[in-house]
Amino acid sequence: MPADTATVAPLDSTPDAEEVHAERDRVTPAIRVAARYALLTVLALIILFPIYITVVNSLLQPDQIASRPPSLFPTDPQWDAYTRAWDQGHLGRYLLNSFVVTGIIVIAQLLTSIFAAYAFAFLDFPLKRTLFFVFLATLMIPFEVVFFTNFNTVNDLGLYNTYAGLALPFLATGFGAFLIRQAFLVTPTDLRDAAQLDGYGHWRFMWRVAVPLARPAIAALAVFSFLAAWGEYLWPLIITEDAEFRTVQVGLRQLSRTSIDQINVTFAGVVLASLPLFVLLLVFQKQLVRGLTAGAVKG
Amino acid sequence: MTDTGAAERALELAEETRLPRRRRWTRRRSKEALLAYALLTPAFVVFVVFIFYPFARNFEYALYKTPPFPGLPRTYVGFDQIGDVLSSHDFLNSVWVTILFLLYTVPIGIFLGLALAVLAHQKLRGVNAYRTIFSSTVATSVAAASVIFFTLLNPQVGLFTYWLGRDGEISVLLDPKTALLAVSVTTIWQNLGLSFIVMSAGLQAIPDDLYEAARVDGASAWRRFWRVTVPMLSPTIFFASVVGGILAFRAFGQIDLLTEGGPNQKTNVLVYAIYREVFRNNNDGVAAVYAIALFLLVMMLTFFQMRFLERRVSYAR
Amino acid sequence: MSRVALDGVTKQFGDVVAVDDLTLEIADEEFLVLLGPSGCGKSTALRMIAGLEVPSRGTISIGGRVVNDVEPKDRDIAMVFQSYALYPHMTVRGNIEFPLKSRHVEKQDRDQLVADAAATLGLGELLDRKPGQLSGGQRQRVALARAIVRSPLAFLMDEPLSNLDAKLRVQTRAELIELQRRLAATIVYVTHDQVEAMTMGDRIAILNEGRLQQLGPSQGVYAKPANLFVARFIGTPPMNTVRGSVHRNGAGISVSLAGGMVPLPDDIARSVAARDVVEVVVGVRPEHLVMSHDGAVRALVTVVESLGHERHIVSRLEDGQMIIVRQPSDEVAPREAEAIGLVADPVHLHVFDAESGERIEP
Repeated sequence: MPADTATVAPLDSTPDAEEVHAERDRVTPAIRVAARYALLTVLALIILFPIYITVVNSLLQPDQIASRPPSLFPTDPQWDAYTRAWDQGHLGRYLLNSFVVTGIIVIAQLLTSIFAAYAFAFLDFPLKRTLFFVFLATLMIPFEVVFFTNFNTVNDLGLYNTYAGLALPFLATGFGAFLIRQAFLVTPTDLRDAAQLDGYGHWRFMWRVAVPLARPAIAALAVFSFLAAWGEYLWPLIITEDAEFRTVQVGLRQLSRTSIDQINVTFAGVVLASLPLFVLLLVFQKQLVRGLTAGAVKG
Repeated sequence: MTDTGAAERALELAEETRLPRRRRWTRRRSKEALLAYALLTPAFVVFVVFIFYPFARNFEYALYKTPPFPGLPRTYVGFDQIGDVLSSHDFLNSVWVTILFLLYTVPIGIFLGLALAVLAHQKLRGVNAYRTIFSSTVATSVAAASVIFFTLLNPQVGLFTYWLGRDGEISVLLDPKTALLAVSVTTIWQNLGLSFIVMSAGLQAIPDDLYEAARVDGASAWRRFWRVTVPMLSPTIFFASVVGGILAFRAFGQIDLLTEGGPNQKTNVLVYAIYREVFRNNNDGVAAVYAIALFLLVMMLTFFQMRFLERRVSYAR
Repeated sequence: MSRVALDGVTKQFGDVVAVDDLTLEIADEEFLVLLGPSGCGKSTALRMIAGLEVPSRGTISIGGRVVNDVEPKDRDIAMVFQSYALYPHMTVRGNIEFPLKSRHVEKQDRDQLVADAAATLGLGELLDRKPGQLSGGQRQRVALARAIVRSPLAFLMDEPLSNLDAKLRVQTRAELIELQRRLAATIVYVTHDQVEAMTMGDRIAILNEGRLQQLGPSQGVYAKPANLFVARFIGTPPMNTVRGSVHRNGAGISVSLAGGMVPLPDDIARSVAARDVVEVVVGVRPEHLVMSHDGAVRALVTVVESLGHERHIVSRLEDGQMIIVRQPSDEVAPREAEAIGLVADPVHLHVFDAESGERIEP
């Protein structure tokens, strides 16, 4: 199976084949095991706390949030903050915009990466090395270095405050091209030869052989692209003007500036804004880990 | 593909293997090259328009002083503007703040990610639940995390404000002594999930029998950690350091949401300064100089890390 | 006093019993091989001796003391792993001296011991290389050097030759035996390869499905397999085993099997009669079968394999069961599809109870 650079186990796999029972074992007396659980639990609580308190506060009333000592558990959950975040806070629209733009970006990045990777992995052509270096060079220029010129460009194209304007600068990525190229390079050469003799054109080979075999890498890239596009903040901030096109990240900014007597709405907004990501990552854990660690672990 | 196409192909294949290894310009090769260019064009166009062109444009902008009002012509000032900006107090402050931010967030982020990964790597029942919790912050975006902390640090009703005993006092985010720290803590928390995942993956890649061999060889747990785990993990740590450094230099969202560059520019990182120059001061020229400086600093940082830190990475070869 | 002893050792993983009531003793300076197919429990048994697994029941003793609760590092044993488990980021020298450093041996002594171990295994010139730069055979020697450097009470080896190519394997086998004699070492050696087991072990312990099938010197195991499993496992080509029913005729007992009747020698016949068995399995090794026109058992030749120095005649009985005969090359070879008669000296017959698989002793 074609591998990318990382040797990956899914996030939920136990390190060893057998699970040692946590009670008495010659190696670890019961008290040490208990101490380990305690430490893990404390850390988990600390890390989870901001998320926890956000959910809690979204279900409280503003005066409960402001009360001292503050309540840490909603004894009488109120869900109206969510409805208000959705309607008056425009979160419904923001989520839609985010999905549309992120969808466009992910699909575009996948396609452009697959195409470019195919060219570099399977084709021979003049200037191949030069063009490869060009792709490499794009990795060295962070978006933040060129964003305001891009603003002028997009603006001049008349695409300010549009879906197209939101997606345009991100339609291709050098990182994606390299990731998929790695996966394509591992396609068994016999398959290529057989396909050639069978008369398979490149297009058919790409979609019938190369891409299916590179599925793990492509899935990883998809998750990675989604994360990056969904979380993009700077660009949507400057290229959109109103709720019609604002994405959910920038929408959060609006929410955070609401007054204290609406503070639970802010929290509800954060929950709504984060829900899609949580669900996505829960379902695609394996691909996520792959995408994030490509290059991190020397295989 | 038609039958004749296949036959043609086979014929060319046979021909090419008969001939000496010189590149024959066959029809097939030109078709291949055309296809390649066609495949590369979409990405290439995007790169040229949105990466290379704006990058080059920065240099042009930098040489011109932007007029205070749009519509007026700009004046060519050559390298003077660049010199002025680079020596300006604001610029140097931004560089310093960015470096400080990096120093606050990257080492601690790596250390915590590593510590959590090691703790969660044990054979314990239910450890998977902990692993899921430790990686959970990867599902929070920078904006979400920033809004959470912003609200929790609200000077009147924020929970963290209360716990810090600062109810009614000046907001942590408006206090020059604590603002950058608060931004850093937010960032560290938000990055924890990613750091944990990366370190965990590195840890999983260490073969179990190395630890078993070390146990039989007589190494205590402490020794095993420093002589086996850490060296085997050093490429991963190095990677995290390089990538972390670059991400720290690119930080923007959390500053915009938490402090907007203040108080007293104490959190005015480079990207935020660029944003300000363009959208508040309408000063493209100055912004361009900042942008070029940002690019060079990221290059230098990466180069520096490659040069000096990579030495200490124990590769297997 | 035995170096290593297992007494009633059982290991369970959930519902799976990997090792079932294993009792055996390994004497001082003995080379004992744990042999068996994949999953038979041999590696688990070895790991329990090492201390990497804890027995569910039973005791393990090393050097006379019970070590169930003792950490691997305090058992004074050394282990060579199948994958060698060399520390990739350390040099060869670093790898070899690691166990000494862990025990805080003085630098001077350390250097001497490392040099000695390296010299013994011919690694002198490779000390500053890293494992990634070595060949498979070299890495294996580094793993060995790391094991011998401490002069432990016993060496545990988990299929150390399986990652080497065939030629190297044969060479290294001989070197390992030589090494053991020279160091007067006690070795517990795990393998699935019966040739390795036969050539290297003083005694072989054959395991299947977690249970000990037979323990004894290689000749003994070959000549007198204790049950059907051992009979079929040891020997290449494997022993021919044919199922048949017991017939009394006159004073003696014969076994009726597809293709003919095989009379049993008196001593075995008495045991068979005493046990009152009806169905048995008769075993005879390919080299003990002779083809003759009036052989009692008839078979049809299917394939004649020529190996140069001998031939393997593959034939089938009436009911399709396969019989292999080893024939010296200087004899006339039968043709395919030829009918042959098989006969064997009764001394070379093995009889097993068809139900239990146990050998029926005379």
